[in-house]
Amino acid sequence: MYTQGLAEPPARAGAPEPVVEDAEQLRRFEARIDAEEKIEPKDWMPAAYRRTLIRQISQHAHSEIVGMLPEGNWIGRAPSLQRKLILIAKVQDEGGHGAYLYSAAETLGVSRAELIDQLLAGTAKYSSIFNYPTRSWADIGAIGWLVDGAAIMNQIPLCRCSYGPYARAMTRVCKEESFHQRQGYDIMLKLANGTPAQKRMAQDALDRWWWPSLMMFGPPDTDSQHTALSVRWKIKRFTNDELRQKFIDFTVPQARYLGLEVPDPELRWDEQGRCHRFGEIDWSEFHAVLKGDGPCNRERMLARRDAHEAGRWVREAALAHAAKHRRAAAMA
Amino acid sequence: MNEAGDWPLYEIFIRARGGLDHKHVGSVHAADAAMAIEHARDVYTRRQEGISVWAVRSTDIVASDPGEAESLFDPARDKVYRHPTFYEIPKEVETL
Repeated sequence: MYTQGLAEPPARAGAPEPVVEDAEQLRRFEARIDAEEKIEPKDWMPAAYRRTLIRQISQHAHSEIVGMLPEGNWIGRAPSLQRKLILIAKVQDEGGHGAYLYSAAETLGVSRAELIDQLLAGTAKYSSIFNYPTRSWADIGAIGWLVDGAAIMNQIPLCRCSYGPYARAMTRVCKEESFHQRQGYDIMLKLANGTPAQKRMAQDALDRWWWPSLMMFGPPDTDSQHTALSVRWKIKRFTNDELRQKFIDFTVPQARYLGLEVPDPELRWDEQGRCHRFGEIDWSEFHAVLKGDGPCNRERMLARRDAHEAGRWVREAALAHAAKHRRAAAMA
Repeated sequence: MNEAGDWPLYEIFIRARGGLDHKHVGSVHAADAAMAIEHARDVYTRRQEGISVWAVRSTDIVASDPGEAESLFDPARDKVYRHPTFYEIPKEVETL
């Protein structure tokens, strides 16, 4: 689960110097992109293309891994054995998605260890959505339905991304993500049709997850300067606002079916434009969460760092074990 | 462990079902080959995507250079006579 909202490079001093590319190589590269050819790891590519992909794919991978935390929070408290099995399978999928994506990033000449170090040092970003807490069981439903729903909206066009390994990883992810969204909606259906208290719980979850889900698509197009190059190089196929609009148009009728109310008093159907008009998004909240001041940023990073440190002896022991067996085999 | 502190990288190939070739699906990090197979099982076959796994150390793979693709593969371009469709056979001649 992830969206594209973070793919913009940080505007800070010390950013890599722009590289002057060989005009002929650049021309040939762009001709291949125009012809819908896929770029593969050892092919020539502009430094900015490589950099953008490493940043986007690694942010995506980090998001999958950090995304395991809010949902993992409910594994021990799932309301039935079947719900628990389903949630374990879903969280395991998120770990798998992280693994596919780190694998795709590594084809660009960066090591997974380096990327994980960046996450743990706090210099890499991950999707802002995972810095919100999961307070009730209904949040697990809302995450599957809305957060994974928003992620799918973004990820389906990424299956046609110009970079082969990323596109292939996304194809695999999308197949699995559909299960995530449906199991989430299934939880919401059960609650919305349950006791008044359960229905209130479902409404409360929608109230809290609606706006953060819309923010997942990233800043409005007017503030997103790097979209143009990403679109030209077919890393990105649609802009943030296009995808956000599509998500709203898909999701509002689903909320209505649940008998729940979308927490936006300005939301209305525009017959002429054939789309939903919606209220202003609070971008100051988005930027605060991205900067580290969301409700759970510190808790998430602490959990990742603790897990990394606690696992260190296992990683070292496995290598020692493998080395011992290699020596034994060499002597036999 | 390499300098970056990671386990070695293995490329993973999966046979989806009997009668098909093993196909490259991605990579995993693992301390040794046996662990690479186990990780590949967990990462790439959670929904019965395979019945057999190959794991190959990434550093053991020798690949052609995309920069030499033209000189390697272009010589085949003008040899259309290698394809059966190059030959026109009279309609009267059957089973050919």
